[in-house]
Amino acid sequence: MKVEQISIFIENQKGRLADVTRALGEAGINIRALSLADTSDYGILRLIVDNTDLAKQVLKEKSFTVHKTEVVAAGVPDRPLGLNSILEALDKENVNVEYMYAFPEHYSDNAIMIFRFDNPDEAIRILLENGFSVLRGEDVYNV
Amino acid sequence: MIWNDEFETLPREALESLQLKRLQNVATRVYNMVPFYRQKFDAMGIKPTQIKSLKDLGRLPFTLKQDMRDNYPYGLFAVPLAQIVRIHASSGTTGKPTVVGYTRRDIDGWSELMARSFVAAGAHQGDVIHNAYGYGLFTGGLGAHYGAETLGASVIPMSGGNTKKQIMIMQDFGSTVITCTPSYSLYLAEVAKEEGLDVRNFKLRIGILGAEPWSESMRREIEEKLNIKAIDIYGLSEILGPGVAIECVEAQNGLHIWEDHFLPEIINPETGEVLPWGEKGELVITTLTKEGIPLIRYRTRDITRIIPEPCICGRTHVRLERMSGRSDDMLIIRGVNVFPSQIESVLFNIEGVEPHYQLIVDREENLDTLEIQVEVNEATFSDEIKVLQDLSEKIRKEIKDLLGITCKVRLVEPKTITRSEGKAKRVIDKRIK
Repeated sequence: MKVEQISIFIENQKGRLADVTRALGEAGINIRALSLADTSDYGILRLIVDNTDLAKQVLKEKSFTVHKTEVVAAGVPDRPLGLNSILEALDKENVNVEYMYAFPEHYSDNAIMIFRFDNPDEAIRILLENGFSVLRGEDVYNV
Repeated sequence: MIWNDEFETLPREALESLQLKRLQNVATRVYNMVPFYRQKFDAMGIKPTQIKSLKDLGRLPFTLKQDMRDNYPYGLFAVPLAQIVRIHASSGTTGKPTVVGYTRRDIDGWSELMARSFVAAGAHQGDVIHNAYGYGLFTGGLGAHYGAETLGASVIPMSGGNTKKQIMIMQDFGSTVITCTPSYSLYLAEVAKEEGLDVRNFKLRIGILGAEPWSESMRREIEEKLNIKAIDIYGLSEILGPGVAIECVEAQNGLHIWEDHFLPEIINPETGEVLPWGEKGELVITTLTKEGIPLIRYRTRDITRIIPEPCICGRTHVRLERMSGRSDDMLIIRGVNVFPSQIESVLFNIEGVEPHYQLIVDREENLDTLEIQVEVNEATFSDEIKVLQDLSEKIRKEIKDLLGITCKVRLVEPKTITRSEGKAKRVIDKRIK
């Protein structure tokens, strides 16, 4: 039920982000979702792509430091308090969200959010028990 | 094993009487043959015949690197040029290089000291010595080469550079000993890894590493990444080249200085006062046997102390503690003396941190700033900002605890810090305009 995400260390320098997107694009890799966390010196680019292993390989060849993590893609009811209902369910069970970002596509009637948890398995159990949908990796890579 | 049993294990008393005889001899030679020394001796009111004990060494003048520049190129040679069979020069980062000349006996003596050094490091006949020190004006390449031949080992004269070829030769020729700078040994392992090779599986047993200051933690890293014994060797071209002092493989704790050829002293670098054995200060060396360019009380600028206690290996020659830096490498940041090796030891003790780093010293609004650039790698990288911030904070805190200065830690992308094929360029001091 988990989704693979790659993160890339990027120094705050002109053109570095484009170096990543060019390398991926030239290898025929499509970016499905992304988020960028930044500090004054560097940023961490987190990507969900349609071919994680190839993306990792291509970027490593370009000397980027790449890290693979498992995240959870959950369907969020697309209405006021929709996201809040998920977060409250997690909060009640003391599950902490490290970070999260939105996925640009819809899946049936739901918006999709990507969550990074310390313990993704536990989080998935809670989400499912509370009636939320959790997407499989294949579905997310090819939405 | 010991190469020259008789001289390397001379009882202290016999060693010191040999030193005195040789000191009287070299003082007489320079007084008669080198105008620079005659003037200096006369100005201090001392004649070579007044040297009656080793204590009188303190009455003799110092020799500075600047004196060598002032007498460029041959002014300090103590024999006619016709007796010089080889000339080396040290890389002058500023201005003219310092020039040294060797007579045939000097070359023979040097070769023996290098052979002694190889044996002290655990090498022997039958070893394949991969000599990656630069051949040329720099003394490293030829110095190690002649010593390896004197030992009777098979020497591969690789010189520096062309790292991928070095790795191929090392693997195919079955090199068992490598001689290079410590930073280059790590670079070799890194390049090999990129080529899909693990140096740990090569036949290498021993690394004889020198020509730049390094730390105990860097030694552990090298020993782990190359699966070798990493031995510290010390030398400087003004005195000889490589083979002035070396660690023995038995103790790996302090470098035996070949006292039948060199007379070491430790002084306070500020005042020139001679310090008792065991105290830390600047190393000063008098060459006892060199003919081409004998030097009296040469100020090396290297900071160390003399370890007088006997060594388990049986050699009676005293040891020098691992050099903690050069007094001219020393950075003064906001009034605090900082050696790059101190910062290095902090970095090496943090799990996962890369051996590649650079220090940027600058001045902003009359305040010195220190930035430490550290490469992020797979071991230290995370998708969470806080993990990286914790790493920076940890480095910052440990530097602060050790040196009392606040620094900025900048994490940089892998392979962005220039790899050096010779001496690593660790410091960029932008205050020097």
